Amino acid sequence: MRTPLGRVRGLGSAKEGTDHFWLQRITALANVPLTIFFVLMVIILAGENYRTVAATLSSPVIAILMLAAIISVVTHMRLGMQVVIEDYVHGETSKMILLILNTFFCAIVGLTSAFAILKLAFGG
Amino acid sequence: MVDAKMTANRPLSPHLQIFRPIITMVMSIVHRITGVGLYFGMALFAWWLLSAATGKGSFNFVSGLFGSIIGQIILFGFTWALIHHMLGGLRHFVWDLGHGFSLKTANAMAWATVIGSVSLTILLWIIGYLAM
Repeated sequence: MRTPLGRVRGLGSAKEGTDHFWLQRITALANVPLTIFFVLMVIILAGENYRTVAATLSSPVIAILMLAAIISVVTHMRLGMQVVIEDYVHGETSKMILLILNTFFCAIVGLTSAFAILKLAFGG
Repeated sequence: MVDAKMTANRPLSPHLQIFRPIITMVMSIVHRITGVGLYFGMALFAWWLLSAATGKGSFNFVSGLFGSIIGQIILFGFTWALIHHMLGGLRHFVWDLGHGFSLKTANAMAWATVIGSVSLTILLWIIGYLAM
């Protein structure tokens, strides 16, 4: 059943659709190897001095994998938090504000992390 | 459209007060709670990365904070949340593929999630300390 509002927003009454489900699953799948990589890297880098850490993070393969991890994780967390907000916040205005803040927070986390990786990789 | 004012005063049937915590139910809400915790914890990760990109002084300062007792406790909690959320996610993948819906399997996967996450977290931290 499609309501007029649902048709305008492009979402059904459940407020999420198969795109959301699918993207959440794809990022979840990508997150498995990428997070394992990330955890191993943190273990290896623990206690190392700055020069080692900076050199490791700026090496091409590591930097690319880190960027992939950041993109996948940030997308996944945005979708996840969207569902949480939609589940618990029912005031229309508060829900809209929180959904917007969700996207902004994820964007800032993602951009900050990506910027840091790129700065290190390009020798900053 | 139902809004908050209309729903604020309706009577609710009790749930948390009367249902015995079933392992699958508990793991489900913990999956959500760990997700939310990881969401906010990612800000710490971004901060660490930014400090590494800023320079030695900045990085050493942030590393020092993460190396403090409180920092280590937070990191320990974050790694547990990460592993638990991932194992829970694998459980969801099994269901997505259409398997594991029998009560026995669902309960087994739920127990495996929490036992696995606690043991793996402890294991990884021991390895981490030994590697330092």
